[in-house]
Amino acid sequence: MVKSTITRAAHATPEPVAARVRGLSDRAIAWIFVAPTLFLLLAVNIFPLIWTIRLSFTNYRVNRPNRDIEWIGLRNYERILTDADVWQTMQATAHFLIWTIVLQVLIGFALAWLINSKFRSSNFWTTVIVLPMMLSPAVVGNFWTFLYQPQIGLFNHAVAFFTGVDPASFSMIGDVHLAPWAIVIADTWMWTPFVMLICLAGLRSIPASIYEAAECDRASKWRQFWTITVPMVLPFLMLAVLFRGIENFKMFDLVVQLTGGGPGNTTTLTSIDLKREAFERWRTGYASAYAVILFVTVFGLASIYVKALNKVKER
Amino acid sequence: MSYSVTDPSPLSRWIAGVTVVLYAMITLLPLLWIIATGFKSPEDSIAYPPKVIFEPSLEGYVNLFTTRTRISEEEQATPPPAETWYERIAREQGQSIAGPSRYGERFVNSVIIGFGSTFLCMVLGTAAAYAFSRFRVPLRDDLMFFILSTRMMPPIAVAIPIFLMFRQLGLNDTHLGMILLYTAVNLSLSVWLLKGFIDEIPVEYEEAALIDGYTRFQAFTKVVLPQAATGIASTAIFCLIFAWNEYAFAVLLTSGTAQTAPPFIPTIIGVGGKDWPAVAAGATIFLVPVMVFTILLRKHLLRGITFGAVRK
Repeated sequence: MVKSTITRAAHATPEPVAARVRGLSDRAIAWIFVAPTLFLLLAVNIFPLIWTIRLSFTNYRVNRPNRDIEWIGLRNYERILTDADVWQTMQATAHFLIWTIVLQVLIGFALAWLINSKFRSSNFWTTVIVLPMMLSPAVVGNFWTFLYQPQIGLFNHAVAFFTGVDPASFSMIGDVHLAPWAIVIADTWMWTPFVMLICLAGLRSIPASIYEAAECDRASKWRQFWTITVPMVLPFLMLAVLFRGIENFKMFDLVVQLTGGGPGNTTTLTSIDLKREAFERWRTGYASAYAVILFVTVFGLASIYVKALNKVKER
Repeated sequence: MSYSVTDPSPLSRWIAGVTVVLYAMITLLPLLWIIATGFKSPEDSIAYPPKVIFEPSLEGYVNLFTTRTRISEEEQATPPPAETWYERIAREQGQSIAGPSRYGERFVNSVIIGFGSTFLCMVLGTAAAYAFSRFRVPLRDDLMFFILSTRMMPPIAVAIPIFLMFRQLGLNDTHLGMILLYTAVNLSLSVWLLKGFIDEIPVEYEEAALIDGYTRFQAFTKVVLPQAATGIASTAIFCLIFAWNEYAFAVLLTSGTAQTAPPFIPTIIGVGGKDWPAVAAGATIFLVPVMVFTILLRKHLLRGITFGAVRK
């Protein structure tokens, strides 16, 4: 019988190589498969993080590479935590976080509840509602400045249409009191569908039999809503809040394009402030300490929250 | 269909439908406005009050893709014949086309970096997800959580050392640098999503393949990968969309050769004030592909945005 090329090649292969191809142990494969991912994440996330922590104890400035780097201990941290501007930034971030979450939870849940009544073509409209959240926040944020223009903007004219005020009389992104709401509105427009989708999944996970049982026991609709719907959807809702919370704490692209942090410092969220310190004033050491504080805050708050979430899930 | 006491009444269903459709219309309005503005002339785009009905014009698109110079008065009196339709549109504004603008390049950069990072991310992510799904990797849960936690860091916070590192390695403002960076950013998403998809494939298929004499690696490529194809495809689209939309790293680490479209589009300006039709045209071309992908993805959307935490 003529040996096929493959068999001949197989016989020509040196024994150790053949053994390796044939018999890679599961453990070896596991490591070969996982290693590149871990390596890349270490190189692009953990290594920079350690570097940031190191820099945070120095007075290093990127734009002055020849100056001696001095170790100044915790002075950067001290300066940040006692800086009134930083606290104002934190307040702006808190305002943005709280209001976006409140509005998105209320509107998102209401929408999900309405969609769950399964009217005709509800799937189609769900897809339509979801569109904004998948788009580029920077590009959309930039266009919202156009919608917010006092005379020519669509938003001002829509408000004028419903309330009768002069569309040229107010500027959403130019006014110190309105600007914080301008970013809340744009973010709510963009991310309400996210909360809606998660709530919808929660509502659909409730078996109809529970409602049927409640109906047999003559529980009112109101009662059913508060004792069945809300508790069953709560874990889902809390998950949505976790995601939105982390994302909006990091918020940069949408707001920086929409208001650039202005007017004054009214919409300067922490990420925007950090970017200014690091890449405009080039205070690298100071900005590194700032970054560490933010990271510890997100991580701390998120882990406390996840504990609470797990408790709700267990109930 | 069987009747159930818990079904909402036709009237409440109708009210729900109308409310949702109304919300959808309002939410869609800014998007439609972007598309419409792209087809307005610059005068119509800043009309007071805003024009809903207008004469469509391709000026925005011409301005987006070209750089133009003003024609002097005498040249205007004896213009050389306009050869192309876009030259004619520019002439009507008293301008002459000088050359292509940067938008084309930036868009191509977005495509190269988006697809490059998605490809790399899928190769690494599928392998890691398979290993986490099927083998007893030591500290598996800790490693999975570590992978997820990389997503919690504000991009600006890691940008400082990445900026320094890239400068040292000569990766600042290069395609390769951005591809590696976006791959790392998206790995958490791809590993988590793909692990979910691979977990759903019964182990018995592979065991049968192994008994038939396949090696582990063959079982992975010939049995698991085809089974996970839908999951891999939808994960890939998610990675592509995130890389496509990314702004913070792009604006900090790129300026010329590797700049993507999101940092570029807001910088489009016209003569005397912002050229909104050109901005809108650029945004439309950039956003519409994502809208199409979103519609294709709608079944897996929830899973993707929650990193596989909610599967429906």
